[in-house]
Amino acid sequence: MFVLKLVLKNALRHKLRTILTIVGIAVAVMSFGFLRTVVTAWSYGVEASAANRMITRASVSFIFPLPYAYRDQIARVPGVTHISYANWFQGVYKDAADFKNFFPRLAIDPDTYFDVYPEYLVPEQEMKTFRAERNSCIVGQKIAKEHGFSIGDIITIDGDIYPGRWDFVVRGIYKGRDATADETQMFFHWNYLNERIRELQPSREGDVGWYILTVNNPAEMSSVGRTIDAMYLNSRAGTKTETEREFQQGFVSMSSAIIRSLEIVSFIIIGIILLVLANTIVMAARERTTEYAVLKTIGFSPGHIIGLIGGESLLIAGIGGALGLALTFPVAGAFASMFPTFFPVFNVETITIILAALVAALAGVVAALFPTIRALRTSIAEGLRAIG
Amino acid sequence: MIEVRNVSKSYHRDSLLVPVLNNISITVPDGEFLAMMGPSGSGKTTLLNLIAGIDRPDEGSISVNGTEIATLSESALAQWRSNNVGFIFQFYNLLPVLTAFENVELPLLLTKLSRRERREHVEASLAMVGLADRMKHYPKQLSGGQEQRVAIARALVTDPTVLVADEPTGDLDRVSAGEVMTLLDRLNKEFKKTIVMVTHDPRAAEKAHKVMHLDKGELT
Repeated sequence: MFVLKLVLKNALRHKLRTILTIVGIAVAVMSFGFLRTVVTAWSYGVEASAANRMITRASVSFIFPLPYAYRDQIARVPGVTHISYANWFQGVYKDAADFKNFFPRLAIDPDTYFDVYPEYLVPEQEMKTFRAERNSCIVGQKIAKEHGFSIGDIITIDGDIYPGRWDFVVRGIYKGRDATADETQMFFHWNYLNERIRELQPSREGDVGWYILTVNNPAEMSSVGRTIDAMYLNSRAGTKTETEREFQQGFVSMSSAIIRSLEIVSFIIIGIILLVLANTIVMAARERTTEYAVLKTIGFSPGHIIGLIGGESLLIAGIGGALGLALTFPVAGAFASMFPTFFPVFNVETITIILAALVAALAGVVAALFPTIRALRTSIAEGLRAIG
Repeated sequence: MIEVRNVSKSYHRDSLLVPVLNNISITVPDGEFLAMMGPSGSGKTTLLNLIAGIDRPDEGSISVNGTEIATLSESALAQWRSNNVGFIFQFYNLLPVLTAFENVELPLLLTKLSRRERREHVEASLAMVGLADRMKHYPKQLSGGQEQRVAIARALVTDPTVLVADEPTGDLDRVSAGEVMTLLDRLNKEFKKTIVMVTHDPRAAEKAHKVMHLDKGELT
C-alpha cells in the first residue's frame, strides 16, 4: 500500500515530464496499433479464406481467362461439391481519380456463386429478383452506404477491360456473415457480360476469369487440385488449382515489401516507446538515489525499491498504453472512412489490442531494469553521498 | 554499549585503494553522547556508518548492545537497523512527496503496528520535537530547522537505543542549530538515548559528554 502510494506521488512529482512521457508512449502505441491493423487488413483475405474452398485459374497468370467448357469437367472431379465462376470486370465509376469510387466489380454466375460464398448474406426476395433480371446487380452494404445505393438505383460503369457503357440495376444489398466478410463488392450476371462481349469482341466469348470450387473434405484439396491441373496439363489453357488461402496469399505476397516495411516500422516503434520511457525512469531514479539510500537505511528491502521504480515505470507505461489504445480506434475509424474500399475490412483486432498492451507492459518492465539494478547495487553509503 | 574493536576500512577510488580508518577501537557506554570531530576526509562519517550498520568494516568487529553487526546478513542488518538505530542526516533527507506525518511514519511501516498505533507513535514523536501543528506540512513548507526536527522525530519513532547524527546542524542557521542541539541533549538526558554525532561545529560538540578527534583515519 505504501509502495503504491509513493509510486503515485513520485509519478506526479514532475507533472510535465510525466505527461510528456505518457503522451509520447500513447502516440507510439497508437502508431503501433494502427500499423498492425493495416498489416492485418492487408492479409484479411487470407484469414477470411474458407477451409474447403479452392480456386482454379490459368496457370500462366491470373489475368488469362479459362474456357467456360471447363466448368462441367471440373464439377465432375471426385471430391468437388460445388463449382462457380467469376470474371474481374473493373471499369470506372464516376471520377476514377477519387479513390472511393474504386470497388471490386465481378461478373458471377448468379445461380451458384452464393452457394460457394455463404458468408455473403442476401435477403431471399432480393436474391430472387437479382437472379431473374439479367442486368441487375448486388452490392455490399458498405459501398451501398458509402455511395447511397438503394434498391432500384442504376449504377453506370464505363468499361475498360470490357469496353462500353454498362448500366446495372441494384436489386440486392448483401451483408457479411461476420466482420471478416468483404462488403465492398458489386456482383452482376456473367451471362450479361458474355452476351454483350459476344457482340463487341466475339473472340472473348465464353471466357471465365477463374473457377471457385468447394470440396467435401479439406484433406482432399491437394489431390483434387492435382487431378484438375493434370486434366489440362497439355491444353491451350493450363490451370493452377490452389486453396483459397494460397490464392489470397499470392495477392498479399505482391505487396510483401510494403507489409514487411510496415512490420519493421511497427517494431521500431517499440524501441521508441522503450527509449522515451527509459529516459524518464533513468532520470527519476538518478534524482532519487539519496531517497532510495534513506529508505534502505531505515530498513526497507530491495523488494520495496524494485516496487517503487518498477511500479512507476509500469504506471506510466500503462496509462500511456491505455491512452494509445483508446486513440487507435478513432484513428483506424477515420482511416477506414477515408479509404472505405482500399481495405474491405479494417478492424482493430483483439490480437492487435493484446500486442499493443504487451508492448507497453514490456516497455514498462525493460525501462525499469537498468535503474533498478543500479539502485540496488548502489551501497547505502554511496547513495547518501549523492546528496545535493 | 557500542564496542568498536580494531576496525579498519578502505575504499576503492578507481584502481587506488584509499585507507579511511586504521585500526580504530572505541567504546561508547549506554546513554553516552559522543561527538566525533575532525577535518574532511578524516573518516568520521565512515566510522559513524560502520557503527550504524550501513557499511561494513574490512577488519575488526563492531558490537552494539551485544550484537556483532559486522557478521549479520544484509537482510538481518536491515532489520537490526530498523529496530535499534535512528538516523539524522545533515540534509535531513525527508521524502519531499510525503508530509511530515508520513515521513515520520516511514520506519513504522516495517513493523506490525496497527494504523491507529502508528498514528499515536507519530503524533507523540512530532509532539516531542515541537511540531505537532506541522503534521500535514510537506518538507518544502517547513524551515530547515523544522525539517531537521521532523527528521529527528523519524529517527525517534521506533524508540531506538542508539541515535546516529551526521552533521545535524551543518545545514542550519545558528538559532535552528541551537534548537536541534537542545533537542538532542534532551533526548540524551531525559530519554537516555545513546547518541553518536559527527560534527564540524564546536558549539554543537559542547553538548556532548565526550568529544573524539579523528585525523587521517586515526584517533588523535
